[in-house]
Amino acid sequence: MAEKDGQAPTKKRERPPPTKKVPMPEQDPLVRAKNFQEVALGYTAEQAVEEAEKCLQCRNPKCISGCPVEVSIKEFVELVREKKFMEAALKIKETNSLPAVCGRVCPQETQCEAPCIYGIRNEAIAIGRLERFVSDYARAHGEPLPKLPKKNGKKIAVIGSGPAGLTCAGDLVKIGYDVTIFEAFHKPGGVLIYGIPEFRLPKDIVMAEVEYLEKLGVEIKYNYVVGKIRTVLDLMNEDDYDAVFLGTGAGAPNFMRIPGMNLVTVFSANEFLTRVNLMKAYEFPKYDTPVRIGNRVAVIGGGNVAMDAARTSLRLGAAEVNIVYRRSRDELPARLEEVHHAEEEGVNFRLLTNPTEVIGNERGEVIGMQCIRMELGEPDDSGRRRPVPIEGSEFIIDVDTVIVAIGNSPNPIIPQTTPGLEVSRWGTIVIDEESGMSSLPGVFAGGDIVTGAATVISAMGAGKRAARGIHKYLGGE
Amino acid sequence: MYEILFKKVLNPVTKMMVVDAPDIAKVCKPGQFVMIRVDETGERFPLTIADFDREKGTITIVFQEVGKSTLLLGSLNKGDKILDFVGPLGKPSPTEKKYGTVVAIGGGCGSAIVFPVARAFKEAGNHLITINGAKSMDLLLYRDEMNRISDETFETTDDGTCGTHGFVTNVLADLIAEGRQIDLVFAVGPVPMMKFVAKTTEAKKIHTLVSLNSIMVDGTGMCGACRVNVGGQMKFACVDGPEFNGHEVDFDELMGRLHAYREQEAVSEKLWAEEHGGAE
Ligand SMILES: Cc1cc2nc3c(=O)[nH]c(=O)nc-3n(C[C@H](O)[C@H](O)[C@H](O)COP(=O)(O)OP(=O)(O)OC[C@H]3O[C@@H](n4cnc5c(N)ncnc54)[C@H](O)[C@@H]3O)c2cc1C
Ligand SMILES: Cc1cc2nc3c(=O)[nH]c(=O)nc-3n(C[C@H](O)[C@H](O)[C@H](O)COP(=O)(O)OP(=O)(O)OC[C@H]3O[C@@H](n4cnc5c(N)ncnc54)[C@H](O)[C@@H]3O)c2cc1C
Ligand code: SF4
Ligand code: SF4
Ligand code: FES
Repeated sequence: MAEKDGQAPTKKRERPPPTKKVPMPEQDPLVRAKNFQEVALGYTAEQAVEEAEKCLQCRNPKCISGCPVEVSIKEFVELVREKKFMEAALKIKETNSLPAVCGRVCPQETQCEAPCIYGIRNEAIAIGRLERFVSDYARAHGEPLPKLPKKNGKKIAVIGSGPAGLTCAGDLVKIGYDVTIFEAFHKPGGVLIYGIPEFRLPKDIVMAEVEYLEKLGVEIKYNYVVGKIRTVLDLMNEDDYDAVFLGTGAGAPNFMRIPGMNLVTVFSANEFLTRVNLMKAYEFPKYDTPVRIGNRVAVIGGGNVAMDAARTSLRLGAAEVNIVYRRSRDELPARLEEVHHAEEEGVNFRLLTNPTEVIGNERGEVIGMQCIRMELGEPDDSGRRRPVPIEGSEFIIDVDTVIVAIGNSPNPIIPQTTPGLEVSRWGTIVIDEESGMSSLPGVFAGGDIVTGAATVISAMGAGKRAARGIHKYLGGE
Repeated sequence: MYEILFKKVLNPVTKMMVVDAPDIAKVCKPGQFVMIRVDETGERFPLTIADFDREKGTITIVFQEVGKSTLLLGSLNKGDKILDFVGPLGKPSPTEKKYGTVVAIGGGCGSAIVFPVARAFKEAGNHLITINGAKSMDLLLYRDEMNRISDETFETTDDGTCGTHGFVTNVLADLIAEGRQIDLVFAVGPVPMMKFVAKTTEAKKIHTLVSLNSIMVDGTGMCGACRVNVGGQMKFACVDGPEFNGHEVDFDELMGRLHAYREQEAVSEKLWAEEHGGAE
């Protein structure tokens, strides 16, 4: 947050007041709350250059240390200042296969922008917005492909086409491997396609980033549930893959242990968002997949997933949407920008509130949700103050639809079908931090399947580390 | 894309298709299912693998036309292609074990689905009794097939046009009343049928497996749409099932959940009828 000292009267040397980021043009909240078009519209070239000019081009830049995939931030920002947008895009793509995605969904305030030196006294340089501008520019103007080395004749199987898998595949194909991605769904992208909504991350952009990888030679096999159709060991032993990367994500939805979770109009955020995003239920009946959307919706949870479910509900026509979260606003795990957008669009926040029962009618439809008020007690292991129920404070909120967005667990299909693969007691795959290798030689893993639900950029960082680990394992330097 | 190699109309509402899907045919087991998306605007929906041929690389599906997606699939012909065909999903039926006497019950379209499982029970050395039920004779499926693989076959029709006049549960109750030793009952059909089968075997505590048909979106454990209440616990039918102990299943809850999209389904079906002049 910007400091106020610039405005305070001071006898010392006059300092200019802190600057803010060049504002991001956005759709009007009242208009956008009714459509699925992108909320943030992106910088113009002039705005991008104006923002880039503020960068100090630090001799010892701190920004890069905040980026898990080590984007050469200083260098690409310099290229933006020189209006060499295409070169800037190539510079980013050297280390980041999905810049148009990251520029949109990275939690920059806790990543690259957090350590930015300019940000000490001002709002940090808008690195994410610049990254977005540059990659959008390059996509619109036809990106040249980088030169690829000769194929080294080794085959890698990547399981899952989420950010972890795509990054790992991109890095490996660029150093000469033959890479095949196996994806359970009929579309690539993982959460980028089925989870994060169109209005935050247009699907065309994800598809374009994936097509770029395909042009580099990555092959994608869809409708391929590894563990069911082929096991990891089949791929290694029978199909001659030299190494396997598991990037299968944390896709299994959690439900609360309270009565009423199986009512007909209680949905996991995964189901709700998959229907709408992957299956395009917002265009029902042109698309066959239906979605049920109530008049009064409660979304349980406070992360990005909850914000997306709430804002999607509004766009589908719900009259009232409530986020029900057991801690206070400061603890909301969602990106700041998304919380802000949700508030602007009219989502109600019922904070320090925890559901205790969902109430249904004889047809199994929700007619209300009982909640209890919470207060913050002593800090817990995570350092956050633990919410404790206030006895006797139960009350009922009047809702007809409940969407549960309290986190996802790793999908068990691969661990169950891969003997010898070590998993933690939460079902996540155990790896060597440095190389990304699991307990099985030649089998690597990264992303949400290792960490539990996290972020796009951390999954990409893990994919990158594993690509290095695989290269080393197979005798590369 | 997955080519339809053969199509047969089994009765006015039920069709059979043989689909080219060698990778799935190589590894699938009785009791597993596939998720299908017919075309770009289609929904994903599950169909049981009704048969497979590992050599020819084919999967057989048998389905009843009950709404837009099954009508759409049914409108395809030999040589047409299905866009997405994902599997094999779900846990296989426990057919490798020898139980003794197994009663396999199929109701309506369920007869076709129960067939490969029943055959596997027979191949594992069990004494196989099949009960094949439908509303009326023209809707009875797989009569010859059931006869061929069973040690004893019974047929029932709701209207009495063939076999016993009544429900599959009448025959089952009679067998139990006669004091026949039954080690496993395996039932596939409409939810009410499976519910009453489970009720019929409950008193004698005969192990009863039912194959649940809850609404599915992904079929791989990622959405929770298919969740069912089994023994007081939440289970995902697509990965924990689709077969469960019938004595533990909350069938009433399942029936309610199956109606979740009734209004939208009616819209889709009406649109289909308008565009195609009613059912073909
Ligand atoms: C609604 C929502 C909003 C989010 N918003 C943000 C945000 O704004 N910013 C942010 O940084 N993070 C956000 N996240 C988190 C982020 O999307 C994830 O942390 C990230 O996508 C994890 O990447 P991954 O590659 O590990 O897995 P995933 O993206 O989950 O991809 C896994 C892929 O593997 C496939 N797969 C799974 N099992 C198999 C199998 N057996 N065989 C073949 N394929 C398989 C899946 O179909 C999927 O395509 C959000 C998450 C959700 C759900
Ligand atoms: C594991 C499993 C195996 C199945 N195997 C077969 C089979 O071999 N043959 C067969 O005829 N049917 C089978 N079904 C049922 C079949 O999936 C539904 O009949 C089909 O999805 C109906 O779609 P529709 O658009 O034609 O009808 P709709 O008008 O959409 O729906 C009619 C009814 O079908 C059910 N249904 C709707 N959508 C779905 C969905 N996505 N998933 C599951 N059920 C749904 C609902 O109860 C609904 O009321 C199976 C279901 C499951 C879960
Ligand atoms: S990839 Fe994400 S964290 Fe890295 S520089 Fe870009 S926006 Fe920042
Ligand atoms: S730390 Fe901030 S000011 Fe310094 S180079 Fe990086 S972006 Fe520019
Ligand atoms: S169908 Fe999605 S979890 Fe079973």
